[in-house]
Amino acid sequence: MWEKLLNLDRRWIFLITAICVIIPFLFPIGFPTNVTPPTQQIYDKIDNTKPNGPAVIVTFESDASVLPELYPMATAIVKHCFIKNVRVILMSLGMQGVGIMQMVLEDVKKEFPDKKSGIDYVLMPYVPGSGIVIMRMGEDIHKIYNVDYYGVPMDSLLMMKEIRNFSQVSLVVALAGSGAWASWVVYANQRYGASVAAGVTAVAAPDAYPFLQTHQIIGLLSGLKGAAEYETLVEDNLNFKTKKVACIGMDTQSIIHIVMIIFIILGNIAYFVVRRQKKNVS
Amino acid sequence: MSHDIWVWVAAFLTLSILSFLYKDNPFYKFAEYLLIGVALGYGIAVTWHSTIIPKIVIPLKEGHQYHLIIPMCIGLLFWARLFPKYAWLSRWPIAFQIGAGVGIGLPLILQADVFKQIQGTILTSAILNNPFNAFSAIVAFVGVVSTLIYFYFSLEHKGVVGGIAKIGIWYIMIAFGAIFGYTVMARMSLLIGRFQFLLHDWLGLMR
Repeated sequence: MWEKLLNLDRRWIFLITAICVIIPFLFPIGFPTNVTPPTQQIYDKIDNTKPNGPAVIVTFESDASVLPELYPMATAIVKHCFIKNVRVILMSLGMQGVGIMQMVLEDVKKEFPDKKSGIDYVLMPYVPGSGIVIMRMGEDIHKIYNVDYYGVPMDSLLMMKEIRNFSQVSLVVALAGSGAWASWVVYANQRYGASVAAGVTAVAAPDAYPFLQTHQIIGLLSGLKGAAEYETLVEDNLNFKTKKVACIGMDTQSIIHIVMIIFIILGNIAYFVVRRQKKNVS
Repeated sequence: MSHDIWVWVAAFLTLSILSFLYKDNPFYKFAEYLLIGVALGYGIAVTWHSTIIPKIVIPLKEGHQYHLIIPMCIGLLFWARLFPKYAWLSRWPIAFQIGAGVGIGLPLILQADVFKQIQGTILTSAILNNPFNAFSAIVAFVGVVSTLIYFYFSLEHKGVVGGIAKIGIWYIMIAFGAIFGYTVMARMSLLIGRFQFLLHDWLGLMR
């Protein structure tokens, strides 16, 4: 039996995984989401930002492959900013990121139709250069971005008349599926003293924790769990009812983790039992 | 069920990619090649409209900023790689990029990744005042020192050095476990995202 288990066709595992993913979607359980301090710190920083004062930069440094984890983070943060009337600069140092930020904006604007480009938010176009772009932003945002995503001159945007560099930015939230968020720590935080927070995919989270411990980032959203925590904070604290995409996914995440643990335990037991049987035979 | 044709296209492509889990097939290959082609085409279009037109063509044509011809020519040397006889010319822009990149980035990267991290490992009296912080700081300190000793190969791993290196291995194993756990979480999140799309946006089975 144990030998059979070790030689099990992996497609059975895929099938069990798929079933365990589908069932919680059709019959939601509603596991509670506990908010961790790194998420709370980002929330508090944005919550304490003066309305219509300094801006919050939300930057998406990845492509579409990480959307399930980072997209809910981006929407939850932008919603929070809009509820609190905090100005937002949406941008990306990558090519695909700008298109994704436009999607985020269109999605959030369905719930905030009165928010206006140039007054409440600005969507920046793609400019190549990564670290150089950040450094130029530290000097003068208007010099690196002459126009916004829609081609409107930066100087004509009401909100951007008061925002010239990181001195007028309350927080930079860098969302990334790799180590790209670290560019903001290196260039914006180290050189210009900007407050930086990271929202990363779970696979990239272990690399980000040392920067949290040294206070180089003020907070951290880790994967779908981090996004679910932020959604919960926005709904519970601000009494804002919205579709919590990440929270729905967390039910499935919890179930699938239990299944994975069972797979790992069974696999290990099978391995040791078969090894002992082979030893006894020889 | 969705009435949007693009949702159907996305659902078809998602199922095509997932079909690889059963076995390799033409649908998977089609979706894979399409992704590569679309990503490349998107990149070219974005570069053209966001960089070449506003950063080179318009400033040259309307702003008469002729000094931009110099970096443009340096950039064009990258294409020399396509001609074996002149491929050596592509080393110039590469050298420029490496030189500028290292010059700009190195001091800041050292500051952010090395000095600040070393600073974070140093046990100060302020940290040791709080019992929880003190415990965390000691765990981090022992972890950094023992792991570094494990990777120090100029001394044989025997006696005290060997003992500390063994502690280092334990730390590394725990780190691997944590990274693996996070990796599983990340990969499952991607699967969850796709199923959420299929069940909600495409089939309309979720509320």
